[in-house]
Amino acid sequence: MNTQQSNILLTQRLGKTYNGRQVLEDVSFEVQRGEIFVVMGGSGCGKSTLLRIMAGGVIPSSGEVIFDGKNIGPLVGEEKEKIRRRFGMSFQSAALLDSLTVEENVSLPLKEHTRLNKEVIHIIAMMKLKLVGLQGFESYMPCELSGGMKKRAGLARAIALDPEIVFYDEPTAGLDPVACAVIDRLILDLTKKLNITSIVVTHNMESVFRIADRVAMLYQGKLLQVGTVQEIKDSENPIVQQFIHGEIEGPIQMEDKLSEAVF
Amino acid sequence: MLLKFAEKIGASFLGCYQILVDGLRLFIETLYWIFIAPFCSRIERRKPIDLKAVSDQMVFMGYDSVLIVFFVTFFTGIVLAMQSAHQLSKMGGLIYVASLVTISLCRELGPVLTALVIAGRVGAAITAEIASMKVNEQIEALDTMAISPIRYLVVPKFIALLLMLPLLSILGDVFGILGGYVVGVFNLHINSGLYMQIAFKFLTLKDIYSGLSKAFIFAIIITMVGVYQGLKTQGGAVGVGRSTTKSVVTSFILVIVADCVMTGIYFFSGF
Repeated sequence: MNTQQSNILLTQRLGKTYNGRQVLEDVSFEVQRGEIFVVMGGSGCGKSTLLRIMAGGVIPSSGEVIFDGKNIGPLVGEEKEKIRRRFGMSFQSAALLDSLTVEENVSLPLKEHTRLNKEVIHIIAMMKLKLVGLQGFESYMPCELSGGMKKRAGLARAIALDPEIVFYDEPTAGLDPVACAVIDRLILDLTKKLNITSIVVTHNMESVFRIADRVAMLYQGKLLQVGTVQEIKDSENPIVQQFIHGEIEGPIQMEDKLSEAVF
Repeated sequence: MLLKFAEKIGASFLGCYQILVDGLRLFIETLYWIFIAPFCSRIERRKPIDLKAVSDQMVFMGYDSVLIVFFVTFFTGIVLAMQSAHQLSKMGGLIYVASLVTISLCRELGPVLTALVIAGRVGAAITAEIASMKVNEQIEALDTMAISPIRYLVVPKFIALLLMLPLLSILGDVFGILGGYVVGVFNLHINSGLYMQIAFKFLTLKDIYSGLSKAFIFAIIITMVGVYQGLKTQGGAVGVGRSTTKSVVTSFILVIVADCVMTGIYFFSGF
């Protein structure tokens, strides 16, 4: 892990309700500078909502998110924009703008937020594309790329402005094992080489164990455990054990979903 | 029972109020990005309008719509001339077909028919584009990159339609008058020069202004409804379809209502 051990982002008693349904409840943890922090949990446990709250896209119903000593919840307008420029986000669907080429997608944040001239922006965009291994694809449209390539292009866009934190929403969802491994390696490389802090939301256990410095387990909107990979593996919590081993029997009940699927 | 009924009325009233507030907020934000942000004195806050995007939109909304506007207004002109010829010839005023067609097109039918055609063609396209961007997380992506979707997506469309709809309306007027001319000259055998003379004899600049002022308002309605429905979309492909339908239907109704209100204003103010 990195030598700098100050925390860059912390959440305090976060809660979120949607139409009366409690999606998140009392979630508090801290993320250290330069680490890969993974939030894992089953589908619908509120982990995507948690990620969006941390990234400033969703306003929590209660609690606060402190980034670099500042509560980002009440910020609006210019202040919020300033903070958000220090974040990068990689979406589950990559979310590239389909009307733009790969290079235009990557250079969009640079064009919007800097006063660099075209040549410089082009060079930076090409550099970022090279970092994710997409050199030669800059003039492709997003619809011409495979799933894994789209994710990598989205990642190049997320790091275009050299953010301090990159949020990853299900970076390996829907990819084959090799593509998963490539993305995992990229996350590791980018985090360690560019000294970025990465916050990853996933339910892919293989990738959790491959990339995580620390892991948080979310279950039904509540934080069960936070710890290093080893601590999570050795956890005595039966829910955590069932989740990481993917067992059918255990405290996590999937029966309703199963019966819905059968009938 | 009565209480439930009252509750329902209250809920739908609040819903309408919310839509109105959201729509107004969207409109004000659009105006901010057009009139204030590009001229901000602090350079880091100054965001110029993307003229290339505006011109692309103008080609799509304006130039590409000319043919469909031609078909609708040209044939309306023909129908109008034929229908009125029958009535007017009974009163011995066949020659006034020319001015009737011209004035009703310039004041009313030109702008309204063009707006309806554009609401179907452009309004639907605006909603479908923004809605599919919404369901594919692209709007959220813009937001996380601290790029205002209003500035990036809405402003070019808004400016383009505000410029193109009045121009298309003028073209619509011309095509319609041409349709009337075709009937008048080739079917009713009115002398070509006389037809044109009568056509423009009673037409005042006010008739054209009032038609054009309507076109501006219709352009605002079509873009705002399209964008609003697009940004409100939820729920995948079905949601996109539903929003597009809603956008076109709402635009149609609002265009007609706005037309009625504006005609009323002009009528009662003697304009």
